Amino acid sequence: MPMVLRRCTLSERHAALAPHFDDIAQQSEASHLGMWVFLLTEIMFFGGMFTGYAVYRSVYAVAFAEGSHHLDLVLGSINTVVLISSSLTMVLAVHAAQVGQRQLLVGFLLLTMLLGLVFLGLKTVEYTHKFADHLVPGSGFLYAGPHARQVQLFFSFYFGMTGMHALHMIIGIGLLTVLVWLAWRNRFSPMYYTPIEIVGLYWHFVDIVWIFLFPLLYLIGRH
Amino acid sequence: MAQHIVSRQIYYRVFVTLLALTLLTIGIAFIGLGGYLNTIVAMTIAVGKALLVMLFFMHVRDSSRLTWVFVGVGFFWLALLLSLTMSDYLTRSWVAVTAW
Repeated sequence: MPMVLRRCTLSERHAALAPHFDDIAQQSEASHLGMWVFLLTEIMFFGGMFTGYAVYRSVYAVAFAEGSHHLDLVLGSINTVVLISSSLTMVLAVHAAQVGQRQLLVGFLLLTMLLGLVFLGLKTVEYTHKFADHLVPGSGFLYAGPHARQVQLFFSFYFGMTGMHALHMIIGIGLLTVLVWLAWRNRFSPMYYTPIEIVGLYWHFVDIVWIFLFPLLYLIGRH
Repeated sequence: MAQHIVSRQIYYRVFVTLLALTLLTIGIAFIGLGGYLNTIVAMTIAVGKALLVMLFFMHVRDSSRLTWVFVGVGFFWLALLLSLTMSDYLTRSWVAVTAW
């Protein structure tokens, strides 16, 4: 028996469904794969910095441990907890969208933004201390000891990697602002909430980058 | 897309596990394990945390096989970048080079 291909009539098509997709499921799958392709380029972008870090840490192991001691472990640990919590609120926002609870969705998105801002605030405090202690690479870098140049290299990696991570957080908070606005205007439903999932993927990716940055920058040579 | 909805209980459990692993990695950093072991343990915990985030928070566990291939390819390339580079730098001292 030949398979009967049935076309959707216009009234059956969801308002959010673009004309070149068969159905919402196919459209969502395409969005997810597209986002993962973008995240792959992000893995390679941060991967380059992690590889550079690995090379120089293997060469200057003592100096990197020495530099790590000048980082604020308490603030770094609090920020790790803040970021993991923001990942939880993000995934709870996705859940709220799936079950169609608009107020919870807006609430969790705002909470995620707030935690992101707390992270950036604590990062600003840390950066300010580094400026006050003359630990920022460049002409103002002042460090006594035989490994001064190598410690400066450690701080170049510290500012480069955490700076790029912070930039991603700022972009993420911008994306969340758009989502809050759209969710507030009731643009999402249990049938269509792909943008929330896609921004969620981005947010969790940024969390994963920090999961690796934290032990590599803050926790070396502590014993 | 009306896809598989994961129970919130699972998210809470993953969250608590992530917090516990964070405490563990901080605690272990203060204990000298000798040699490269501290770094290896710290990175193993970080990989475990990243896997939890990807599988549960990023819903890779419930994603299509094609998504799994995309994710796998990303980490395969990262592994190539790290392993080929480090196999050079970490083995340079094995061979004494007297002159270039």
